[in-house]
Amino acid sequence: MKLAVMVNEGPYQHQSADSALQFVRAALSKGHEIFRVFFYHDGVNNSTRFPVPPQDDRNIVDSWSKLAAEHNIDLVVCIAAAQRRGILDADEAKRQGKDGNNIAPGFRISGLGQLIEAGIQADRLVVFGD
Amino acid sequence: MAEPWEDDEVEGPVFKFLYVNRKAPYGTIYALESLEVVLIAAAFEQDVSLAFVDDGVYQIKKGQDTAGIGMKNFSPTYRALEGYDVEKLYVEKEALEERGLTTDDLIVPVEVVSRAEMADLMDEQDVILSF
Repeated sequence: MKLAVMVNEGPYQHQSADSALQFVRAALSKGHEIFRVFFYHDGVNNSTRFPVPPQDDRNIVDSWSKLAAEHNIDLVVCIAAAQRRGILDADEAKRQGKDGNNIAPGFRISGLGQLIEAGIQADRLVVFGD
Repeated sequence: MAEPWEDDEVEGPVFKFLYVNRKAPYGTIYALESLEVVLIAAAFEQDVSLAFVDDGVYQIKKGQDTAGIGMKNFSPTYRALEGYDVEKLYVEKEALEERGLTTDDLIVPVEVVSRAEMADLMDEQDVILSF
């Protein structure tokens, strides 16, 4: 089955990101295709490369980046939600006149159209949030 | 000038999209960002419905005044949805009653459906986005 995933909460404070990661891993292991993971609301905070969680804790952002690299998964961050919350790639930082960017490897910033397209293209769109 | 996120329209079959609004309009950003999805998604010309359940019914309540909390009152935007061909708005009857509201309290015309009918409506959809 072709699956799309939406993540609506940031890492650590809510379990949504952990659940979404575990769902994606489980789906891949069963041979399903992940069409896209779309990050919205505080879910965009999954895509900053700067978190430094305690060493004995899981690193959620790194887990996403690793998953994207290993399985070629399209991780898309909503641009409108990202701009509100200070998530920038190099192009956006330049465009907005900011002095740096913080996007983690494997993520890309794009529009809400990518969410609607995922809803159309995938057999199921699975939403993780509160 | 077209913004970079405005060029990703897709052509193809029409799907039934339902946006389920569950939260009060202020206090969290879910309602506002849900509305942003609905407005952007309108460009895709899908078969769109909105559902208001739980505290989500407060999103379309008349007489919202946000002056005291320093936030924008975005409720007039719901009245503009018609211009985006988003005309199917469903409100759960029990959610209204539990909050002492009637359709006279709402800023847009809606269809009131029972909790059971809302479940049927969800069953008919291709894609459900819950906010």
